[in-house]
Amino acid sequence: MSEKTNAVKSRNDRYNKYVDTVSPKTSVPKALWHSFWIGGVTCMIGQGISDILAFSMPSLSKDMVANITSMILVTVAILFTGLGFYDVIARQGGAGSFLPITGFANAMASASMEFKTEGLIFGTSAKLFTVVGPVVVNGVVWSTLAGLINLWILGAY
Amino acid sequence: MESEIKHTIPKSRTEENAGIFPSPTYFSPRQRVMRFFNTPRIVGRMSVVGEKESKGPLGKYFHKCETDDKLGEKTFERAEIRMFDTAVRGAIRDAKLGIEDIDLMVSGDLLNQMTTSSYAARDIGVPHIGVYGACSTMTESLLVAATMVDGGYYKNVLCATCSHFATAERQFRFPLEYGCQRPPYAQWTVTGAAASVVSANTEAVKRFPKIVMAIPGIITDFGTNDLNNMGAAMAPAAMNTMFTLVTETGYSEDDFDLIITGDLGKLGSDILRDLMRKSGIKLGQNYIDCGNMIYDVYQKCYQGGSGCACSATIFNSFIMDKLCSGEYKRVAYLATGALMSTQSCYQGETIPCISHAVIVESPYGGEE
Repeated sequence: MSEKTNAVKSRNDRYNKYVDTVSPKTSVPKALWHSFWIGGVTCMIGQGISDILAFSMPSLSKDMVANITSMILVTVAILFTGLGFYDVIARQGGAGSFLPITGFANAMASASMEFKTEGLIFGTSAKLFTVVGPVVVNGVVWSTLAGLINLWILGAY
Repeated sequence: MESEIKHTIPKSRTEENAGIFPSPTYFSPRQRVMRFFNTPRIVGRMSVVGEKESKGPLGKYFHKCETDDKLGEKTFERAEIRMFDTAVRGAIRDAKLGIEDIDLMVSGDLLNQMTTSSYAARDIGVPHIGVYGACSTMTESLLVAATMVDGGYYKNVLCATCSHFATAERQFRFPLEYGCQRPPYAQWTVTGAAASVVSANTEAVKRFPKIVMAIPGIITDFGTNDLNNMGAAMAPAAMNTMFTLVTETGYSEDDFDLIITGDLGKLGSDILRDLMRKSGIKLGQNYIDCGNMIYDVYQKCYQGGSGCACSATIFNSFIMDKLCSGEYKRVAYLATGALMSTQSCYQGETIPCISHAVIVESPYGGEE
């Protein structure tokens, strides 16, 4: 029995190695360049919005400007998702469109659109976090850990 | 009828190649090939596709093209049911029969619990057998239908299948509008539905293509677990059945005018060619892959199409046209299916795959 499973295992290993060599790979420099410029442009637009806000309304505090900028970016991303061309940008952008706050907005909006047909409770509400759930959970867990490290180790000095 | 089928099995290549690619499943002594001596005929057919498929290289062969993804329905699932219904009714009309003449319907699709085919069967109202073979559903249903008709249990049996890009994407991957990058070896689920009517062989239908043999597949798992790389996962299953096809049926690979696989895509069909070469069989120009054919390069569908409808629509339009006109004499149709669920893949299980084969012959020419 074990001999047979070993033969199967070695066959599978050989096959997987073979598949790896023939499967087309994503070109790394190209992917990096695309995510660099799409992510960069997103952040530049964000910076532009915050500069305009700070210039036109000097009474706003720095935090307030940042908040309003994020809100505008999120709204625009959700609008783009609803109109159906965010995924076209994201197919090129990769991490460049996924990492900024717009990616999070897109993930939530797309899930809510997709599961709208199952109703408001069991569809939209229940499935809203299917894609972004891991992001939220990991964000909370790791920021808690970082906070504790900051409190115990860095706080001692 | 019996004289039409060659029974002289050429010296089996199985023993010659025993050492090259060892796997316990190839060398079993069991008889895998089903021979239909009463030759059931495929008398009616219909294929419905979405807009993207109709713009592909085979677009002009399909019978109907739906320009709206939702077909005016509220959900994509309803649209899929409607498309399925259109294909079924069209095939029955093409066979010049009425719904009351259909004795049995064998159908399946990709969704959980096969909702599409069951819901569509609810409106059609004929006895229904649901089969699930993932993307190989069409060959599986043809196999079951041919068996029923050949055995004399039923006279007219309907086979149907369908898949929809939006519903498959939601079930197996991410929401439609979610911006994620696909790897370059991913495939695109075909939107479409296809149906064909298998009838008992009588004088009236002798001008239609006949099903002469079928090979039920063996579940093959070569240990791939990448949900996106279906072609590589399914190629070994196709190899297994194709090996049986050329060693046990009595035909060699050159006796077929066309050997078509279901939805291996470009990468998968290249891998299959490689695997077959290692087993000592060279696939020539007569081997094609439906997934590779259905989309054009500029449509950006990565390795090509996948899904039940991919091979089913092409078989029921292009291939059957050529068989009816006698341009192709003998065609082997091997659809492949990956029998995984998203849960099983996330749990680290590998992907078991299957490939059923059906051999269809043209009524014209041949061995007479």
